Amino acid sequence: MSTGCVSPDGKLGDRAIELLKLLKERGRLKDTEIAEVVKRPLFQVRSSLRELSNAGFLKVENDYFILTQKAEEALTKA
Amino acid sequence: MEEVKCVSMPRIGDPAPSFEAQTTMGPIKFPDDFKGQWVVIFSHPADFTPVCTTEFMGFAKLNDEFQKRNVQLIGLSIDNIFSHIAWVMNIKEKTGVEIPFPIIADVDGKVAQLFGMLHPGESSTVTVRAVFVIDPNAKIRAIIYYPLSTGRNMREILRLVDALQTADKYQVATPADWVPEPQTWEFTEENTKVIVPPPTSYEEALKRLKEGYECVDWYFCKKKLS
Repeated sequence: MSTGCVSPDGKLGDRAIELLKLLKERGRLKDTEIAEVVKRPLFQVRSSLRELSNAGFLKVENDYFILTQKAEEALTKA
Repeated sequence: MEEVKCVSMPRIGDPAPSFEAQTTMGPIKFPDDFKGQWVVIFSHPADFTPVCTTEFMGFAKLNDEFQKRNVQLIGLSIDNIFSHIAWVMNIKEKTGVEIPFPIIADVDGKVAQLFGMLHPGESSTVTVRAVFVIDPNAKIRAIIYYPLSTGRNMREILRLVDALQTADKYQVATPADWVPEPQTWEFTEENTKVIVPPPTSYEEALKRLKEGYECVDWYFCKKKLS
């Protein structure tokens, strides 16, 4: 099931770009920290982060979300 | 030979069933997406029905109180996502109340079956008014069932959450009618009104708004018992 973050053809939606830009700006954040910044329910943020991770845009290290090279490249085109 | 159907009925103390579902606020994976939070999952019989509408407005009004207690509300019925969206928009349009929590579109009834929300003696097609209070460890801590005809008391559900959290925090039990602090909330004249059964045909629906009841919409009218 898609959150609308990533379209079936791999394109990033507005919500995805917002999350990726935030992580680019801050370097690394936990899901709870992201939910606080974007002011959205935690479950919704977790769902989006899962979709972005599954699509290869994020990796998780010790509960912190970090951009992958794929995300960096996608952001330059966004 | 008559086929015997076994239905899953989770009990207090059991781990809450895991599931993935589509909701009005996007897809959810339970319990993963709610790690560290309390969750109140509640079912209602159907969208665009009057008692359920009053319940949703009641939950919406108390949503901030639930949030303060680290509780995420989740609604559920065996309706599709478009029905949920239309209903939520209808509530907003007619009453000004925004529904700030997700509603699971359980079209195939899978989640309802997992939680034992279908009670065939009451109805085999719609869920009863079930409430599951689930703690941050995804354990079921309390269950309430109400029949289709009776709207729940949202204050009681909040009180139940307060009681469970107080019991955990202070290692105590709470007596009958316990409240965390003196309550200012009182019943008003509005609480004495009852729901007029909704129309079941287009013709009745057209007539309903002219029948002198206090109506929010064609399916949601109230009256005072004389």
